[in-house]
Amino acid sequence: MRFSMLPKVFAQMFKKPWTNKFPAKYIPPSTTKFFEDVGAGKAKIIPAVETPEGFRGKIQYDKEKCTGCKLCLRVCPSGAIEFKEKEKKIKIYLARCTFCSQCNDVCPSNCLSMGNEFLLADADIYSKDLIVE
Amino acid sequence: MKEKTTSKTTYQLPIGPIHPALKEPVMFEFEIDGERIVDVDVSLGHVHRAIEWTGMRRNSIQIIYLAERICGICSISHPMAFIRAVENAVDIEVPERAEYLRVIQCELERICSHILWAGVAAHEIGFDTVLFLTWQMREKVLDLTEYLTGNRITKAILTIGGVRRDITKDHHPKIFETLNYLKDNFDKLRHIFLDDKTFQLRSQGCGILRYEDALKLCAVGPTTRASGVKKDVRVDQSYAAYGDLDIKHITPDLLTGQVNGDVYDRIIVRLLEIKQSVELIEKAIDQMPSGDLVSEPKILKILATIKKTNGEGVGRAEAPRGEVIHYVKFNGESEHPYTWKVRAPTYNNILPWIPMLKGEQIADIPIVAASTDPCISCTNRVAVIDGNNNYELNKEELHRLSVEKTRRLMK
Repeated sequence: MRFSMLPKVFAQMFKKPWTNKFPAKYIPPSTTKFFEDVGAGKAKIIPAVETPEGFRGKIQYDKEKCTGCKLCLRVCPSGAIEFKEKEKKIKIYLARCTFCSQCNDVCPSNCLSMGNEFLLADADIYSKDLIVE
Repeated sequence: MKEKTTSKTTYQLPIGPIHPALKEPVMFEFEIDGERIVDVDVSLGHVHRAIEWTGMRRNSIQIIYLAERICGICSISHPMAFIRAVENAVDIEVPERAEYLRVIQCELERICSHILWAGVAAHEIGFDTVLFLTWQMREKVLDLTEYLTGNRITKAILTIGGVRRDITKDHHPKIFETLNYLKDNFDKLRHIFLDDKTFQLRSQGCGILRYEDALKLCAVGPTTRASGVKKDVRVDQSYAAYGDLDIKHITPDLLTGQVNGDVYDRIIVRLLEIKQSVELIEKAIDQMPSGDLVSEPKILKILATIKKTNGEGVGRAEAPRGEVIHYVKFNGESEHPYTWKVRAPTYNNILPWIPMLKGEQIADIPIVAASTDPCISCTNRVAVIDGNNNYELNKEELHRLSVEKTRRLMK
């Protein structure tokens, strides 16, 4: 059989592409302008593929519940968590976070959980979006 | 080792350390006679990442996630071997349900890795449509992995004494949907890989590793099984729940009735292993007993036990590429290991390249090199640096050399 791949290739030609064109069908000439338009209601964002249940996204931190026991600092593989001595609370640098959720497992007061947010790219590693406190 | 086989003069062809045909830095020095490879020399050591050194400054829970990052594709096998080494050193009994869950995760990873390899092999001989077909299949498996563990590649699912997430009845529909998709597409994949003339032309009788060479050079994984050596940690040691699952060595003679040890046989072995893995997952889900997920839910208790432990442990696991060995030693003083040693499967599959490549043509180098599924940066464990040697050529040194040359010429 010489062209065993051909039927599949032809079938593929008439299928819709699998790729979800997020956030827009074509790259906008200016990303900031595109988001301004979205804010003004002129343009629409194509929604992202939904994350499955139990997805490990941006960490959610419930500051009220935190007792400052420092256990998460001991198990964090990348050292992404800093302890604020004065307040006895923690500060998580998401730029270093590996999304293993080990801090969630070890937390005795269940103040940490994994959220659904995954759009975390940023040019500045110390930007406000990338620090959870 | 280097001997002249012809009266003609041979020439040398260096490929690497950085080369478009290679996925990772490795250096080949070929002795070429016309189009034929007369001799090969392989040198490694371009991607040392000091993983073991980093691990010795972290506690065992942190090392699990470091071990995951030794290899992006074997991100279950490395932590698996490390965890088994720690469990061996500290004497932790793993609950039976956790052992079955580990098997499911390991086999999912094997399916992913073998399908990925099949695509890369097709790409190496210029059959790029197959690359996209295989990666389409792999995407389904990755989606399932994400659904079961929360991450696509670095799954972070294993822990010392068990696993971190359960597979319940709610997960079953999606798992069986993906497995059925794989089974439906498996025959198509097998037809394309094994019956297509393009593949037969390029892979049959190419890159032969004989049975004796495979034994002598300690090849591991599908590379050695394709040469007829029955070597598989899952069968020989039957770790995790593999003992209950009736698993057999996969050798190419199961399909074709003969063992040639060429690239074609390696394709057969990997394709059959995809099928075997799908069956293993089905069996594991079917036979899974109920019970605990971890032997000790309190991570700090485990760390405290490790701190008191004075001893060593060895963990072996069958990665998609072969046997992974992790050795770990605790000295009873800190929770950081005193020593951590990793041996990745590619380390054993490097020397078999030499008999495989000898006598082949230059154009066969990419497919033969890819046929062992090399993972070079996983292999790099040691970098030898000669402290007394100064490699820097500064202004004074250059001036001195220049003066010396002038004096030499003046003589």
